[in-house]
Amino acid sequence: MSQQDTADLASVKDERLKEAPLILRLMRRPELGAVMGLVIVTVFFIVVANSTMFEFSGIMNFLAPAAQLGILAIGASLLMVGGEFDLSVGSMVAFTGLIFAACVVTIGLPLPVAILLTLAFAAAMGLMNGQIVIHTGLPSFIVTLAFLFILRGLSLVGLKWATGGSTQLRGVREAATQTPLDSFFYEIFAGDAFEGLFTWLAANDLIAKFPNGQPKVTGIPVEIIWFALIAALAAWVLTRTRYGNWIFAAGGDANAARNSGVPVRRVKTSLFMITAGCAALVAILTVLDSGSTDARRGFQKEFEAIIAAVIGGCLLTGGYGSAIGAAIGAIIFGMVLIGLTYTTIDQDWYLVFLGAMLLMAVFFNNIIRKRVTGER
Amino acid sequence: MASSSHTPLVEMRDIEKHFGSVIALSGVSVTVNAGEVHCLLGDNGAGKSTFIKTMAGVFRPTGGQMLIDGKPVAFSGPRDALDAGIATVYQDLAMIPLMSVTRNFFMGREPVKGIWPFRHVDFDFCDRVTREEMKRIGIDVRDPGQAVGTLSGGERQCVAISRAVYFGAKVLILDEPTSALGVRQTSMVLKYIDMVRKRGLGVVFITHNVRHAMAVGNRFTVLNRGKTLGTATRGEITAEELQNMMAGGRELAELSDELGGTV
Repeated sequence: MSQQDTADLASVKDERLKEAPLILRLMRRPELGAVMGLVIVTVFFIVVANSTMFEFSGIMNFLAPAAQLGILAIGASLLMVGGEFDLSVGSMVAFTGLIFAACVVTIGLPLPVAILLTLAFAAAMGLMNGQIVIHTGLPSFIVTLAFLFILRGLSLVGLKWATGGSTQLRGVREAATQTPLDSFFYEIFAGDAFEGLFTWLAANDLIAKFPNGQPKVTGIPVEIIWFALIAALAAWVLTRTRYGNWIFAAGGDANAARNSGVPVRRVKTSLFMITAGCAALVAILTVLDSGSTDARRGFQKEFEAIIAAVIGGCLLTGGYGSAIGAAIGAIIFGMVLIGLTYTTIDQDWYLVFLGAMLLMAVFFNNIIRKRVTGER
Repeated sequence: MASSSHTPLVEMRDIEKHFGSVIALSGVSVTVNAGEVHCLLGDNGAGKSTFIKTMAGVFRPTGGQMLIDGKPVAFSGPRDALDAGIATVYQDLAMIPLMSVTRNFFMGREPVKGIWPFRHVDFDFCDRVTREEMKRIGIDVRDPGQAVGTLSGGERQCVAISRAVYFGAKVLILDEPTSALGVRQTSMVLKYIDMVRKRGLGVVFITHNVRHAMAVGNRFTVLNRGKTLGTATRGEITAEELQNMMAGGRELAELSDELGGTV
């Protein structure tokens, strides 16, 4: 009898179990808005900007700042999907930059040790942020806003302490390339990658080169490689792993997730640690790149990172979003920031663009979410 | 299918639960057999919630005994109850509207494959199982990737129940599954409860709607003020008698007179 029932139900419902149409499936992707934004911005600059912008060297030009922001935005997007904010990432860049530079220059530690210490320190700060948020039950918005100021202040104080009165710490590059071991790690975190390949390509007339035979682009800046790797890893973790499912669950409804056996506290704490770790990585990359650190490093990056994540489809309420979307959001930023210099448009329009883009993205995301969840 | 001669899946004997000076349960006895829907009726504050939470391992009973397959047990948490095969579908369902049906179905129990750095959730398997389970209960899921938020209340209830069944529940506690649903949705849930029963599970169906209870119940236990008012078997009792027992009989009769027989 029961099997008969089931069989009947199955045969009746079978043809109603149709595949969702392609459009709907595309609409369901959180990255859709970011991809559309990228297309619009690209078309705009192809029309308006000097054609050198989309030459290989031009692309590297705007991808480098996009990569720095992108690493922060990917961390922010994971945390936002998990239902929390971190407003302290910008200050975290400055503070971990100070820690890193002080380790290398003031204390004179070997580069790999300094890198490890900096990352470990950032993870500890993330752990603290997470524990405070979880145990006090305060909104992460407030807790990390406090740390935005605390860390920025500590960076200023610490820099003066480490340098004897200045707010800039120089000489990182010299101190970080003293031994062969240091140089090896320096190559991973600074400069260009694939330089040999680019020289070979130039020698064989496969890419543009200067009259003296040097390639116009000597390699791919390492931060772009880091950015691509982290974006791929984050996207895979978020969409394909158990931990990723737990991130969605923790952000979607922490109580329901807990009832289903998801360790919500551990997931959220680890996300704060990842976000802080991303900030530390950006600090290491930028400090090595410029050879110095200062207290203004990472200024307002927390907002840009969150905006990139929102453009990438993250909902402010958590439980929905995409790491790839956040990466694309960061590329849009880089493209506009640098792209304006290839046009006759005043560069300060960048800020106007930032605000407008945020407003549009949130508006668009709300519509999409209603479509996705059938909310009425 | 009648299994009254067999050992009950779960037997609760004279369960008492005190919260400080408040006596929430003072001697409640209920047995749940395989292939049977045991309806637990009672008005608000009768102790239904306390009782099922005791059964689900959320509360430790102050007194009384709990037997599973004839053996005494003492749960120290909901995990123990779950391991013993007692699954509870609470009113808020533990479902996340923004996540897909598949992701909800396997939340917290995702099957993984691959070696550690590459270990990932076997989503092909998950989608297939979800699709099959949805088909079995006759829910029109266009694809398992659609968000739970797009399902109706009754469908969500059915997904929550089928999730518990799929993960090996022997006894299912349903906390007012029909209380917030319309007529069609209710009949859909009741039909599914009947299917679950036919698969040999024991179901504890909490409700304060006598008609819903009469539709699927094999046995009916009425709770009032933390006590069992008695257990009746289907056919022995009418809906009206159950209704009267729930409201404490006399009070309702008086009220009925006052209102001219409309209750």
